[in-house]
Amino acid sequence: MAVITYLEAIRSAMQDEMQRDENVFVLGEDVGKGGVLNATKGLRDLYGESRVLDTPLAESAIVGTAIGAAMYGMKPIAEIQFADFIFPATNQIISEAAKIRYRSNNDWSCPIVIRAPYGAAGGGAIYHSQCPESVFFGTPGLKMVAPSNPYDAKGLLLAAIRDPDPVLYFEHKKCYLSLSAEVPEGDYIVPIGKAEVKREGTDLTVIAYGIAVHYALQAAEELAKEGISAHVLDLRTIQPLDVEAILEAAAKTGKVLIAHEDNKTGGIGAEVAAIVAEELLYDLDAPIRRLCGPDAPAVGMNPPMEKFFLLNTDKLADAMRELAQF
Amino acid sequence: MSESKFRLAEVPVPHLAESLVSATVGTWLKQPGDYIQQYDVLCELYTDKVNVEMPSPIEGRLVKILVGSGETAAVGDPICLLEVPESAEAASAGASGGPASQGDSAAAIAEDSTDQSMRGRYSPAVQRLAAENAVDLGRVKGTGFGGRITRKDVETYIAQGGAQAAPSGGSQAGAPLVQTPAVPQAHAPSAPAHQPSAEAPAANPYRPEPQIPVRSSGIHLSQNPPTPLEFDANSDSRGETFIDVTPIRNTIASRMRQSVSEIPHAWTMIEVDVTNLVTLRSKVKEEFMRREGINLTYLPFLLKAVVNAIKDYPIMNSVWAVDKIIIKRDINLALAVGTEESVLTPVIKKADQMNIAGLALEADTLTKKARAGKLSLNDLQGGTFTVNNTGSFGSILSQPIINYPQAAILTFESIVKRPVVIQDMIAVRSMVNICLSLDHRILDGVICGRFLQRVKENMEAYNLETKLY
Repeated sequence: MAVITYLEAIRSAMQDEMQRDENVFVLGEDVGKGGVLNATKGLRDLYGESRVLDTPLAESAIVGTAIGAAMYGMKPIAEIQFADFIFPATNQIISEAAKIRYRSNNDWSCPIVIRAPYGAAGGGAIYHSQCPESVFFGTPGLKMVAPSNPYDAKGLLLAAIRDPDPVLYFEHKKCYLSLSAEVPEGDYIVPIGKAEVKREGTDLTVIAYGIAVHYALQAAEELAKEGISAHVLDLRTIQPLDVEAILEAAAKTGKVLIAHEDNKTGGIGAEVAAIVAEELLYDLDAPIRRLCGPDAPAVGMNPPMEKFFLLNTDKLADAMRELAQF
Repeated sequence: MSESKFRLAEVPVPHLAESLVSATVGTWLKQPGDYIQQYDVLCELYTDKVNVEMPSPIEGRLVKILVGSGETAAVGDPICLLEVPESAEAASAGASGGPASQGDSAAAIAEDSTDQSMRGRYSPAVQRLAAENAVDLGRVKGTGFGGRITRKDVETYIAQGGAQAAPSGGSQAGAPLVQTPAVPQAHAPSAPAHQPSAEAPAANPYRPEPQIPVRSSGIHLSQNPPTPLEFDANSDSRGETFIDVTPIRNTIASRMRQSVSEIPHAWTMIEVDVTNLVTLRSKVKEEFMRREGINLTYLPFLLKAVVNAIKDYPIMNSVWAVDKIIIKRDINLALAVGTEESVLTPVIKKADQMNIAGLALEADTLTKKARAGKLSLNDLQGGTFTVNNTGSFGSILSQPIINYPQAAILTFESIVKRPVVIQDMIAVRSMVNICLSLDHRILDGVICGRFLQRVKENMEAYNLETKLY
């Protein structure tokens, strides 16, 4: 096993699967030269222009082309350069990709992966920092994954490519180079729809996905020194939610904090809170709490606003401590 | 605790741009012992994209440099330690940071237990557990907020087998309360008053730094040569000195190599009579200095002449794209600005929309920023044609390398007085050479000859009537 970055894990999943399956191909803006974030770097040299397609700057066409190719038997991986630019493709994703299986009475399926680099890495301002997952969340027929570490990044991407239905793959830009871990070189998958307990604890439960998991684990480490024991669940797949794992984690402590970078209102956390409230009234020991981005479009182009808007370890630690002491 | 008036604070490498994960420290401008005001420049930071001056995020005395000149540190890693007065920190940290760090969680719980407002509010989980296990909640000690009985309290109570834990817990809670909160409260207000008055004057924060004037025009020949390198006689290096290649040097090297290896360069030169321009400039330069506060050089006149010639021959403003030639509509003039250590090419955006005064001001601003190391990434992007004022360092002939991927680069050499034959008479005229390196895939001799002729005509057409605005 080699220690590689989150970004390299994503690239390695694409490279492995293109090697294994000749129907897999990549398309997107500037993906030929590696893409602006270097995710597809080197793939054109390995697999040629016909499998690493540069597209016009038209996200609707990128996803539309991918859907057409998928229905013809291919397995496209469509790259949206920044998740902020996914909205022109929303109609293709929600009206077409998500509904093909249902409206063809199970005759057709749409095995596409849409990779969307999301979240703020700092200095990106509103059009390079957004978290658009709540826009697609709740659309039946779509799967959505959001890995929090290099191992899951590779395993979930392989699972997404092989999945017979459309998968939105949200990769957090701040994780790209800042997180490295041991990742197996061979073939493995992280199953879609399965959350993972990242840390066992007894005082409170944190449920998170993406970079927030990382902050929660760091904060849990700090709080352990104060005698507070935090239980951390990484959702990994945000649609369909792993209800069983959510209920188990929430019941364990009766105090639930849900953390994500996306806006609070109507976010993934709202649904997780509702699931817990519906099922676990008699296990709850405190009001369910959410720690999320405020209901503003995204970070502003200045460090104080980024600090205000974004989650970090200290904010997690404060919220976790407060809930533990409730 | 009351003895510690100072706290050591780490200054981390800031997050400078989206894809950057590390930075190399250049020169340290502050040394251990210096007292630093907030926003004072601590050191230079080099990255692959930009070089910046690192302002101090906080005020304090520099105690230790953790990352020396030339070493690289990851974003977020500390580069130095500052000694910060405890009071200043508490004032800026506000309510959340200070007091919490003093009391541990046990103290916090003890403190809360004075407030019993939540004692009678039972959560669903507590009620269920109490009902299932027949626990009398009145006998369970509440460790939660406002004396609330938490689910864990009930579980602990059940695990301990019931009643015996309760009474001792109740009496224990009372004792430490009086002292714990009292200490930080008495201590906190007195501290801020001492620190600044006792510490700041001793540190002498007002020691003036030598101000090095930033040149806005050429590097002058009269400047003394730099101190020769000192060779370490004891080392094994056989008279060789190793200079680490800085990121910016590395970038220059790879860009130059790329240009020379990809672009077939050709070269041509023309002589221009700028006698009238010299007269014009000496007439208007004092007025210009009064009005604009900057020295009027020959450069803006040249820039204007070049821009107007490019307008007539737009092919000069193009890029080779293998199966196409892309002509750029905006004329963004890149200006080569040299320092002893490097050369940068800040860009005058939309130079075709500026008059001579505008070009002078923009060139002056960019040059000063470049020499001060303050160019932003935006200042360096988008150039479509490069001009290098090689005359500023005394050259009369140079063969420049094209600023990749542009089509051509033009140099403006020294203006020298020479005898020139005009209508069979010899006259003393101010003459200057203008050289052009061109991408021979895009441009040929005829078009470049015409372009240079147009530059020449434009330069020679300046006279006392020429308007700067």
